[in-house]
Amino acid sequence: MAKRLADLYRFRALIATLVLRELRARYRGSFLGFLWSFLNPLLLMLVYVLVFSVYLRVPMENYAVFLFTGLLPWLWFSSSLGHATAAIIGSGALVKRILFPAEILPLVSVLSNMVNMLLSLPLLFLFLFAFGIRPGPVLAFLPLLLVLQLVLTAGLVLPLAALNVHLRDVEQILANLLVLLFFLSPILYPVSTVPATLPVGDLLTVPLRPLYFLNPVAGLVESYQRIFFFGRVPHWIHLGMVTTCAGVAFWGGYWVFDRLRDSLAEEV
Amino acid sequence: MSRPAAVAIWNVSKRFRLHRGRRVSTVKDLFVRGGRTALFAGEEMWALRDVNLELPRGRMVGIIGSNGSGKSTLLKLIGGILKPTSGSVTVAGRVSALIELGAGFHPEFTGRENIYVNGVLLGLPRAEIRERFDEIVTFAGLTPFIDNPVKTYSSGMYMRLGFAIAVTVDPDILLIDEVLAVGDEAFQHKCVGKIQEFKARGKTILLVTHDLPSVERLCDEAVWLDSGRLMAHGATRQIIDQYLSHVAREEAQALGTEHQRAEAAAAAGTAQRWGTREVEITSVKLVDGTGQERYLYDAGEPCTISLAFRAHRLVEDPVFGIGVFRKDGVCCYGTNTAIDGVAFGKLAGEGEVTVYIEGLDLVEGEYLLDVAVVQATDNHPYDYHSRLYAFAVRSRVKDTGVARLAHEWRLHERGGT
Repeated sequence: MAKRLADLYRFRALIATLVLRELRARYRGSFLGFLWSFLNPLLLMLVYVLVFSVYLRVPMENYAVFLFTGLLPWLWFSSSLGHATAAIIGSGALVKRILFPAEILPLVSVLSNMVNMLLSLPLLFLFLFAFGIRPGPVLAFLPLLLVLQLVLTAGLVLPLAALNVHLRDVEQILANLLVLLFFLSPILYPVSTVPATLPVGDLLTVPLRPLYFLNPVAGLVESYQRIFFFGRVPHWIHLGMVTTCAGVAFWGGYWVFDRLRDSLAEEV
Repeated sequence: MSRPAAVAIWNVSKRFRLHRGRRVSTVKDLFVRGGRTALFAGEEMWALRDVNLELPRGRMVGIIGSNGSGKSTLLKLIGGILKPTSGSVTVAGRVSALIELGAGFHPEFTGRENIYVNGVLLGLPRAEIRERFDEIVTFAGLTPFIDNPVKTYSSGMYMRLGFAIAVTVDPDILLIDEVLAVGDEAFQHKCVGKIQEFKARGKTILLVTHDLPSVERLCDEAVWLDSGRLMAHGATRQIIDQYLSHVAREEAQALGTEHQRAEAAAAAGTAQRWGTREVEITSVKLVDGTGQERYLYDAGEPCTISLAFRAHRLVEDPVFGIGVFRKDGVCCYGTNTAIDGVAFGKLAGEGEVTVYIEGLDLVEGEYLLDVAVVQATDNHPYDYHSRLYAFAVRSRVKDTGVARLAHEWRLHERGGT
């Protein structure tokens, strides 16, 4: 593992160049260009606000800001997975002809989506400010959350991107799983609406809340909301769960990727 | 070999899995058998088989062989892009592979931006790219276009830019796959110049190409692969000769088979054969100077066309004729016994008429043969076989036209000015 990380460090110039290229390529040829990285989440938020605040009348103060807080990390996560899974196939010409560690390709997708999110953060702060929310010193947790999310996402995309080369179904399955995951994470609703337990029949009571946080994305999104929106420190247990998942995913993801590595150039 | 090896290939085999239709037979397979076996299910193809090869440092080596012989696979194994299924590949030094130039160019980006991305991909530090940027652009001859997106480039411009970037990487071992065919004459000269510069600096160069004259001109030694096996490795001239005679043998074999098929078709009856059949041409053969039946000739070789006939009744002075046609229908040469003033008198039963051609002085190419026997006075055909038989002429001299006229060049100087 240390050798892999050293490899990645050795190729940092390539990674930086490719991230820059991906960011520039995304909006090349569009009139509004980079503004789209703000506009996309903003428009999406407005749609949800219309549905949940206006039509369904969710009784929550500053619902739009709350929504935006969860939406930004979610968009980073979901578009990373979507782009990165197709990254190796999409750059087949490169993998076939130039010798470089192929994991760079999915990682570049994750990183460029991360940059996108970082660029949207000022907009979030603007919102918070406009709605009179002052997060305070708990914001110091932000770098930790970003690193955790980066490691978790990287760990997930590595095996997905490699498997997708062999089995293109991965892309399709993933698209559906992401929808499920979106609703299983506290983005449209605060965690407080998730019941602590769920009685099934007379005898059984399912401890719903602990199960809910088995999903590391839930813990992650909740932590973002706590530090930005609620001005509180992240929940330690939930954060611990996220950390464990990120570590396991990264280690396991690399392990799977290494297993498939040699086959990529001929299968892609 | 006394020189230290730049590339050592030991017992290398490479297997590819061919996928037909579905990549995994069933989803159940994937989960039940799990892991590698299920993921890689499919037919196999050995691109290389038990190849042992040691290439000394500082030499330029040409890799030749017909399509699908494993040349590019070998290059990719040396480049580290593919891993051998068994055996080992050791490479001493930094490798740069010119395998399909411009891989990784982004069409939306300008030439300038792509130089940076591609350069970094090939392992050049950004500072070095910045330093040698003008050199790259000038070498590619793209100065006026460097700030246009590469999607507006012609394929030649694209390749030139790719080549210019790739040679900027200062490798110890340079792998070149069919890129000399890139660009116009002027750029090819530049490429060859660059390659010679690499050679002069003691780099090891591997060149995969079908352009044998290039191999002969540039390479110190050659490797011949056929169907994934190493056939020979040695001095360039010698290996090319071996390869060419192998190709000629295979071609001759194919032409022989084709001739048998043509004779069978003639016997069965076809639209390309007509006549009243009082006299039949029962067999047509081309025979070389040593009496061997053969359908592939070197230009200028002696050749005999032999027509076996059967006369079903007594016929007087039948006229036998031959015609040689190019595939596009141009008649290269035609004659018959009447034109040549030859008369065989009365014929009955079976026999054979032969035409001895002292030198088959045709230019390189494939030819079709007409043979016929016709009645002497009213010229009605007894048996006419039109374009049924094929033969080929090979030549190392690439002259053009229809026939090779016997010739000799001389210079007569007049002196003075």
